[in-house]
Amino acid sequence: MSSVVVNNIVKTFKAGKETVTALNDVSFEVAQGELFGLIGPDGAGKTTMFRILTTLMVADKGNATVDGFDVVKDFKEIRKRVGYMPGRFSLYQDLTVSENLGFFATLFNTSIEENYDLVKGIYSQIEKFKDRKAGALSGGMKQKLALSCALIHRPSVLFLDEPTTGVDAVSRKEFWELLRDLQKENITIVVSTPYMDEASLCDRVALIQEGKIMKIDSPSGITKQFGKPLWAFKSKEMYSLMKDLEAMPEVFSVYPFGSEHHVVANGSIENIKQKLRHESLSVHQIEPTIEDCFMDLMKSK
Amino acid sequence: MTSEKVISVRDLTKQFGPFTAVDHITFDVHRGEIFGFLGANGAGKTTAMRMLCGLSFPTSGQAMVAGFDLSKDAEKIKQNIGYMSQKFSLYEDLQVKENIRFYGGIYGLTDKQIKTKMEFLLHQLKLEDQAKVLVKSLPLGWKQKLSFSVAMLHEPQIVFLDEPTGGVDPITRREFWSLIYQAAANGTTVFVTTHYMDEAEYCNRVSIMVDGRIDALDTPDALKKQFNTTDMGQVFLQLARRAVRAAD
Repeated sequence: MSSVVVNNIVKTFKAGKETVTALNDVSFEVAQGELFGLIGPDGAGKTTMFRILTTLMVADKGNATVDGFDVVKDFKEIRKRVGYMPGRFSLYQDLTVSENLGFFATLFNTSIEENYDLVKGIYSQIEKFKDRKAGALSGGMKQKLALSCALIHRPSVLFLDEPTTGVDAVSRKEFWELLRDLQKENITIVVSTPYMDEASLCDRVALIQEGKIMKIDSPSGITKQFGKPLWAFKSKEMYSLMKDLEAMPEVFSVYPFGSEHHVVANGSIENIKQKLRHESLSVHQIEPTIEDCFMDLMKSK
Repeated sequence: MTSEKVISVRDLTKQFGPFTAVDHITFDVHRGEIFGFLGANGAGKTTAMRMLCGLSFPTSGQAMVAGFDLSKDAEKIKQNIGYMSQKFSLYEDLQVKENIRFYGGIYGLTDKQIKTKMEFLLHQLKLEDQAKVLVKSLPLGWKQKLSFSVAMLHEPQIVFLDEPTGGVDPITRREFWSLIYQAAANGTTVFVTTHYMDEAEYCNRVSIMVDGRIDALDTPDALKKQFNTTDMGQVFLQLARRAVRAAD
C-alpha cells in the first residue's frame, strides 16, 4: 500500500489583486517505508504541499490520502498518525528540552518512556542539555529536538519541511544519517530541501518548481534521463571562460559548478576547445548531477 | 584584484562574558577580491562580520576597513561599505522604486544621483516594468538581486553578503554569482558567507572559522591540496569536525 497518495492537487492564494498558484496539478505517490524528497527552491510549493498532507490546509482541487485516510474527511485520524516538523522552529522556546519532549508525548497520549527506543539515537545527543531552554539551543540541536518531538508518538509517516535549511555542512550530513537510521524502523519519510546535493540521499525524489512537478524518479533514474553528453571545462580564467562559452552559438548551456563549468553543446567539443584558445584548458566528459538535471528541466520548460 | 589591502585585521577578539566568540583573528582582504568567509553554525562568523561592519565593538585587537580604523571611525566605515543579509534588506511593503529611493536617501545620495541610479538599476535588472510593484510580490530570486544592487547603490568599497543565495533556485543562484563577479571586476571587494560548498570555489580566497579562530585561509586550490582532497566540502568537513565548543 502507498503511504501517501496525491492526486491532481491545486492550491491558489490571493495576494492583493493577484492570484498565485502555489500547487498546479500535483500528483505523486510515496511507498510504505520510502524516503521521498521534494526538491525545489523557495516558493516552489513544498510547504503548501506539506500543510495539505498534514491536514492544516485544504486544497482547491484534487485529493490526497495519508496512510489510507483522506486528508479532508479523516483529518483526525491523520493527525494521530503523522509526525510533522515545520520549516520554522516549532518548539516552545521557554520550555526546557525535556519539557518540550514530554509535552509532545502527552499531546499524543503517550510517554517519553514508551517510545524512547525510537528517539534514543537522536535524543541521546541532546540529553545532556535536557534542562536548557529550547530557545537557547544551537541550530543543529534545535533541529534534533524538533525531530525527537515529531517522532515521540511513533508516527507511521514523518513530514520534514526543510530540516537542513541554513544548517552547516557538518550538521546536514549528520541529520541525513539520522534519517537513514529512522527508515530502518519502517517509517515513511517525506522530506523537502532546497539543497540539490541532498537529493541523492533519497530513495526517490520529485523535482518541483513554481508549483509544478518537473520529474519524479530515483536520483539515478533522473540523472540517466539527462540524455546528452555533459562536459566539464576548466582553465586559468574561469570567468572569461564562461563568457566565451556563453557567446558560442553551438553552446546550449554553461553553468559554473564549483571549480569547473558544466557545458552542454551541439557539435564537436574539439572544435569548441580550439576556438576558445584558453590557457591550460582542460575538458572532460562527466556524469550529470541532480542539479544539472534540475536546471536542464527549468530551461527546457 | 589588486595588492592594496582594503580590510586589515589584527588579533580581533570579541568576548561575551566568559565566552570568546571571536578569538584573535588576523587576516587581510585585497581590493577587488572575492573573499569567502566560511565556518560551521556558531563558529563566530556573524560576530566577526558585525564587528567589521562597525555594528559591534571589539573586546581587543585592531581592524582597518575601507581605510578607517574600527575603534575610531566606525561611522565612516558604515558609509563606505554595503551590507546584504538573507533575512532582511528590502521593505516588502514598498515598491521596487520606493526601496531604491529610500536606500539612496539613507546612503546620502543626491536626488539627481538617485534618479540616475534608479534608471540604471531598473534597466540592468530588467525590472523596468516592475518598478511600481510591491517588493513582497517579487519572486525570491529577483528580490535577492535587487537587494544586492541596493547594497551597492552608494558604490561602496566593500560589500558584505551574508548567505545571499540561501533557498534560491540553481539558475538564479548562478546569475547572482555573475553579479558578484561583475562587482569584483569593477573593483568592489566582496566579503561573502555561504553554506553552498560549490560557491566557496568561486572565491579568490576562502577562510574557515572553527571555534572563533581562523583555522585555514588560502585559495580554494591550495586548501584542497593542503587537506589532500579534490572538493571544498571535504576541506570544510575536516576543519569543522575539529570544533570542540557547542554551536551558537
